[in-house]
Amino acid sequence: MFAAAAVALLAALGLALARAIGGPTVFDRALAANAIGTLALLMLAVIGFLTGRPEFLDLAILYGLLNVVGTIAVLKFFRFGDLGDPGEAEGER
Amino acid sequence: MSMAIDAVSWALILAGSAFCVVGALGLVRLRGFYPRTHAASVIDSAGAGLLLAGLMLQAGWTLATVKLLTIGLLIFFTSPTATHALANAALARGLSPDPHAKEEPSKR
Repeated sequence: MFAAAAVALLAALGLALARAIGGPTVFDRALAANAIGTLALLMLAVIGFLTGRPEFLDLAILYGLLNVVGTIAVLKFFRFGDLGDPGEAEGER
Repeated sequence: MSMAIDAVSWALILAGSAFCVVGALGLVRLRGFYPRTHAASVIDSAGAGLLLAGLMLQAGWTLATVKLLTIGLLIFFTSPTATHALANAALARGLSPDPHAKEEPSKR
């Protein structure tokens, strides 16, 4: 039954990947990347139960933390044009 | 008793998987960016919540349950934040929320 959940998650990952490749705007791609991150996190948890190795849950926690940081960083870049580097003075541009 | 818990847990896991597939399908099929955020949040709320609840019932009272609870809380708090930032950034960059407006191609 864990295998059924894994197959369903794989199908969902494929669909989200199709949107990430074909998305017309960059926000569609960021949204699909966020969904792929969540699905990969769930996939890790399910694989941990499927193979009887709960260590995979630690990887899932790490993946969740990286996912939100990555999404926010990409969004900040596409909204403001840079990541707010403090070393760069305003007048030098 | 343990069979009842097993049945409930399988039902939760299958329902969570189904919600994940439905959300991903909506991500592909819906028109426009803002409807797609709605479909993606189905994955983050219903799909992840039900799937993690089912896995928690499978794990029982172990450390794995605590980790699953941590993952669930993480998704619960960060996913709406990310979706809000996403929609906010799209609105700030001039993507129209009007469903009948033509989708403008990416500037970059």
